Amino acid sequence: MIKQKIVLRYPPHVVEQPTIYHLIKDFDLMVNILRADINPKKEGRLMMELSGEELNYQRALEWLREQGLHVIGLEQQIIWREEKCTHCGACTVICPTEALAFNRPEMTVSFNEDKCIVCELCLRACPARAMETLVDNNNSVK
Amino acid sequence: MKVSRSIEEINEKIKSGSAVVFTAEEIIDLVEEKGIDEAAASVDVVTTGTFGPMCSSGVFLNVGHPSPRIKFNEVYLNDVPAYAGIAAVDFYLGATALPEKDPANRVYPGEFVYGGGHVIEDLVAGKEIRMDASAYGTDCYPLEAINTGFKLAEVNEAILYNPRNAYQNYNVAVNLGPKTIYTYMGILKSNLGNANYSSAGQLSPLFNDPLLETIGIGTRIFLGGGTGYVAWHGTQHNPSAPRCENSTPRAPGATLALTGDLKQMNARWLRGLSFLGYGVTIQVGVGIPIPILNEDIMKYCAVRDDELMAPVVDYHRGYPYKEGEPLGEVSYAELKSGQITIRGQKVPTASLSSYAGAREIAAELKEWISSGRFTLTVPAKGIPSIEAGIQLNSLPQRNPEREDDKK
Repeated sequence: MIKQKIVLRYPPHVVEQPTIYHLIKDFDLMVNILRADINPKKEGRLMMELSGEELNYQRALEWLREQGLHVIGLEQQIIWREEKCTHCGACTVICPTEALAFNRPEMTVSFNEDKCIVCELCLRACPARAMETLVDNNNSVK
Repeated sequence: MKVSRSIEEINEKIKSGSAVVFTAEEIIDLVEEKGIDEAAASVDVVTTGTFGPMCSSGVFLNVGHPSPRIKFNEVYLNDVPAYAGIAAVDFYLGATALPEKDPANRVYPGEFVYGGGHVIEDLVAGKEIRMDASAYGTDCYPLEAINTGFKLAEVNEAILYNPRNAYQNYNVAVNLGPKTIYTYMGILKSNLGNANYSSAGQLSPLFNDPLLETIGIGTRIFLGGGTGYVAWHGTQHNPSAPRCENSTPRAPGATLALTGDLKQMNARWLRGLSFLGYGVTIQVGVGIPIPILNEDIMKYCAVRDDELMAPVVDYHRGYPYKEGEPLGEVSYAELKSGQITIRGQKVPTASLSSYAGAREIAAELKEWISSGRFTLTVPAKGIPSIEAGIQLNSLPQRNPEREDDKK
């Protein structure tokens, strides 16, 4: 068994394809969708957790790539610029999954990528703008 | 009182490298262990610190004259407007100034990506600042426009002058309304979704000298990573705020106007900030040394978070429309635990002021004093305290053109 959080990037020509149906039906994977959006340029982004047999998972990724989709690890989506962080803690009540947490008694902020679901609320909640994403506002890869 | 120390005596010890210095956090343990009298007898200085957003901040610049000379009418630094209504090439850049092209809250909540606070951070970091200025031209100042660039090292003066810093206590902000609101106290989720506070509590300078017995005009301090001075009391200074038994205010109280040479400061402790839906500001690092002149001063410095109280204020209606009373009081110990209870509801807390930063500033100032680099000052003049009887005013709302509307 394998369990992975990934991001799929859809170029405009495949954005209308029923990818998830095939992941379940053809590869016997369990799909837990965390977030999905399509930008005005008709590029799509889908964040999800996939679990199933290792072989099926690997075959599924191969198939996704053959369809022209980009597969990226979820943990690469949100970056904590620690050198910019002032450790105030303002983000920690906005982050819904405690990926951004406040450590006591150190009174410092920490970021746990594994808990991040890429909701992106922290990007604008951080006054020092220490949280960054590789994706710009129009959802295309920088 | 057995201990009676003068600032001159403390400075002699600092110069000889024998001064005993504790931070306002470390002193708590010492006093708990040894008691006030023994701690006062053995410690010369307690250092404090705070590193929070302080909107009432800015810098006076004199950039020197180009050739031919110019008298600025409008000045923009990286598109951010500065105030040029003073002498020819003097101007003031405020921390909350926004570029004219910034959409502000026209797209709500506005992002406020760059403004005055960020220009100050970039200046201190030694970055090139783009300058666009215009003038109407005079016989003595003929140049009518200039587009150029400069760095901090190339200006004549850069004087940080912050009219209100180091607030002695502040509101805990919550939102009783049905929608998320975007404030200078951060994002406040609906129906008491979170409570945001902004003070270093037991490390905060004015919580450790609640009646302003040692801090006065001319007091030398840590400001923005360099040396600064207390210039005056700050705007909205309110020593008449209600107080706890330990003399600390239970609402926003005293404030300080601070000044210093920007050229010797550090961008680490002057950080431009973007508050979603509110605007830009600057996070300022301030540290103030407190001379332990006697046991009373030591007692004040030993104050703990569980003895410092802050009012909980609704920012949906209460603060903006001056409606109602605070929802209650909580201690800084409760705030720092991560959760408080308001109206029977458990509410998660977050700080806007960096306690880790405050701790580092107090430790750095301690190091400066211990190593003999930084001596203490006798204030030139005290700062108004309780006996001044200051009452804060509200802006009159009347029509000066109408006789019957004048008071």
